[in-house]
Amino acid sequence: METEARTVELNRCGLTLGDYKGAPSTLCPGCGHNAIAAQVQNAVWELGLPPERFVKISGIGCSSKSPNYFLNRSFGFNGLHGRMPTLATGACFADASIHILGFSGDGDTASIGMGHFKHVIRRNVPMTYIIENNGVYGLTKGQFSATTDQGLVLKHQGVNMLPPLDMCMEALISGATFVARAYSGDAKQLKELIKAAISQRGIAIIDVISPCVTFNNKDDALQSYTWGRDNEAPLHDFKHISNKDEIDMANFEPGTYREIKMEDGTYMLLRKIDRDYDPTDRNAALDLLTESYKNKYFATGLIYFSEATATIQELYDLPNEPLNRIGNDRLRPTQNMLVEINRSLY
Amino acid sequence: MIEASKITYEGDGPIVNEFCITTCTVNGSGSATANNILYRTLFHMGIPTSGKNIFPSNIKGLPTWFVIRSSEKGYTGRQLHDDIVVAMNQVTFEKDMEYLANGGVVFYADHLKMPETPREDLIYYPMPIKNLMKTADAPRKLQAFMENMLFVGIVGQVLRIPIEALNSTIYSHFSSKPTIAESNFQMVKAGFDYASENLEKKDRFFVKRLPPLTDYILTDGNNAGGLGSLFGGVEFCSWYPITPATSLVEAMIDQVDQLRLDPITGKKTCVILQVEDELAAMGAAVGAGWGGLRSMTATSGPGLSLMTENIGLAYFTETPVVIWDVQRVGPSTGLPTRTAQGDLSMIYSLGHGDTSHIILIPGTVTECFEFGWRSLNLAERFQTPIFVLSDLDLGMNQWITKKFVYPDQPIDRGRIIWEDELEQFKDWGRYKDIEGDGIPYRTVMGNQSPKAAYFTRGTGHDDYGRYNEDPENWAKMLLRIEKKLRGAIPLLPEPIFRRSKEEDVEIGIIGMGSTDDALRETQDVLAEKGISSDYMRVRALPTDSAVREFIASHSRNYVLELNWDGQLCEILKLEVSEYSQKLISISDVGGMPMTAEWAVERIINQERKEGKRGN
Repeated sequence: METEARTVELNRCGLTLGDYKGAPSTLCPGCGHNAIAAQVQNAVWELGLPPERFVKISGIGCSSKSPNYFLNRSFGFNGLHGRMPTLATGACFADASIHILGFSGDGDTASIGMGHFKHVIRRNVPMTYIIENNGVYGLTKGQFSATTDQGLVLKHQGVNMLPPLDMCMEALISGATFVARAYSGDAKQLKELIKAAISQRGIAIIDVISPCVTFNNKDDALQSYTWGRDNEAPLHDFKHISNKDEIDMANFEPGTYREIKMEDGTYMLLRKIDRDYDPTDRNAALDLLTESYKNKYFATGLIYFSEATATIQELYDLPNEPLNRIGNDRLRPTQNMLVEINRSLY
Repeated sequence: MIEASKITYEGDGPIVNEFCITTCTVNGSGSATANNILYRTLFHMGIPTSGKNIFPSNIKGLPTWFVIRSSEKGYTGRQLHDDIVVAMNQVTFEKDMEYLANGGVVFYADHLKMPETPREDLIYYPMPIKNLMKTADAPRKLQAFMENMLFVGIVGQVLRIPIEALNSTIYSHFSSKPTIAESNFQMVKAGFDYASENLEKKDRFFVKRLPPLTDYILTDGNNAGGLGSLFGGVEFCSWYPITPATSLVEAMIDQVDQLRLDPITGKKTCVILQVEDELAAMGAAVGAGWGGLRSMTATSGPGLSLMTENIGLAYFTETPVVIWDVQRVGPSTGLPTRTAQGDLSMIYSLGHGDTSHIILIPGTVTECFEFGWRSLNLAERFQTPIFVLSDLDLGMNQWITKKFVYPDQPIDRGRIIWEDELEQFKDWGRYKDIEGDGIPYRTVMGNQSPKAAYFTRGTGHDDYGRYNEDPENWAKMLLRIEKKLRGAIPLLPEPIFRRSKEEDVEIGIIGMGSTDDALRETQDVLAEKGISSDYMRVRALPTDSAVREFIASHSRNYVLELNWDGQLCEILKLEVSEYSQKLISISDVGGMPMTAEWAVERIINQERKEGKRGN
């Protein structure tokens, strides 16, 4: 019903949800990544920003194919395995008003691109970095990844002997100021987290557990639909709103939620579910992730948030207008400057 | 090892402005400034001079040499033997003297232990460095630096360099720090005074002032390449430190704040970013190029290996980017602080599958400046990676070179189209050959037209960037790229010719890059021996028709280069295959710059083999 209504409904910039669509997906039916694609489309539409204000950059793998399936009117770059953060690093200087959406998988980020993942966080490249984490190599047909649970048995691989990496933990200790975990089976929360991530000034990391229906969906596998459905434990009822008028629509009773204002003027609303969890407490986040890892506790939601530190763009004193539109006459030093150089080298 | 002692000097009169001085020190001992003062003074006195640092891959404690060649005739390439040695390092003392020609000169710190049987043909000047230091009032911290300034004074005096000339160079070197200038000058003067009072001139070498070299400057190729890039309007440079490319980017860092402030807003228009490795350096450079910035990186052989996958991606996605390769000796870590021309074959087709790149090869420092800005224009015009192939010798050593010339072409952004221009196309596609020259029109991120976006991918794609695995489409795409790059050839730097005074000579000499000085000298020495030759320096690949004509018009073309396999020769044999019989490879690599002595000997030997000439 909701989707149908949106085909005619216009967002703040006068566009329909259809204006944010992509090519038809060629991923397996039921793939968790398709759900992510749908929520990116929904999130950007709801934010009311034109698709031309986004670019999509990805690496290689099933996850990295997915940007083709939403935001047709955004530039996309499906680059090299593991190197998405490096492309984003260069591209972010071209036009600082454009938001970069980075898409990667667990093979792409946790293995071949781990170094770049840590360094793109360290540099604080302003972007939303989504890891579509299914714990398996899909496009090469079913090998273990660095996030595969220890002891998992796969058809041609045998038993996974090594412990997994926790990408939220990696992000947190690298200095990320927005770290979230989501589950592609929980579309509503995922969409809200994506909206909040886009609103963050610096880099925002979302590790989305996204089942691979073909190679890693056994009921007891940590990245399976069954496990996710039975064990997902959202930290909060989470909502991202553009302005306070939307609070009513969120059906959040006064006094039942915490409100966090973001630097772009939007708000995150967090309503307690079971435990008292403060995502602005870094130690609490570390404890939570340690506990989750140890006890296979599938906590989702906003794990850590703080005001962004300076982004890499901000560390350079660049003009306000896009660097890629600066006129040629402003890029070449003068004749006199060269005369002075020649003089100094005599 | 050459038998330098068998080399003798002609006649018995003074040898004016033609000599090679090697200072032999320990690295980290602060001899760089002293060497700088010496060669720059010679240059200021109007004598063409070069300075080559022969250094180990080490920070402190290993032997290092600095070679200054002065030549009134303008030959500033390396020479095999030394004329003057300044010995400051006990470890290499005996060996250093073996390089001196018969009748050569040794200035030695007198605390060094003399070999048991010193060569009798040499002329020795002791330098009481330790004693002079005792009387001098040098701060303890600067002791080592100051010791080196002493030899500048002693050598200078014996060569009859006026003290005023040394003084003026010192003050211009330390122009912002007059106190330091003065204390350095006092050390030079102490050495100078010691020499004039105590040393009797026994050697034949003299420095004589010539008209000033007002059209020239003295600097290194990396400084020139970095500056050329800044004048070319580079907007983004990501990099990872590697010898010998590091100083190219450091030259940019050093000057970007002065040169690249936006005249309107006063803000910076160029980002220089050191990243985690060369994979990231190339990735970020490709990302910036894709985003519509004039983008570059600089590296050396091992870095290129890591950059390869991204370069293939840039080639196939048609993303402009400039890559400087300042070559060193490989394979592997090889000789990381020594020079070579061994990356040519690798670069020419760098990437898996079918890639064929444009390479610019500067042979002089001023060309490093020129190719710095030209390469950025070519990259954006042809939407492809452009390589600039330099090497350690050209990049890190000091060369006399023509003053940098202000770019005579405007900044060319190629076929980037924005919102309004896009409206004029009925059926635009990112990879569509609208003009028939293989070069498509390109939109970049930030373009707000709903029609502007496309999906860039390294996989097979059609005219509109859509995924495509059709064999015919694949062939069409490669053919168009080939056509596009063929179209670049007329815009590449044409070869430089230096013809013999005689007509229709049989011998062609072919070289590239930093060997230019050595090969010009080679040509002249051969001519003195009655062997006429024409010389061609290749400045770009793929080759143009002028290269073909040169090869065709000579019976024997000697291709001289600093690598093991004769890589330029192999490429020319393929590109000018109908004349491959006319191409003869003379190549060697040991980490040292080419010398005319080596080249002359090898060409004469080969000529003997060819049975064309005796000697």
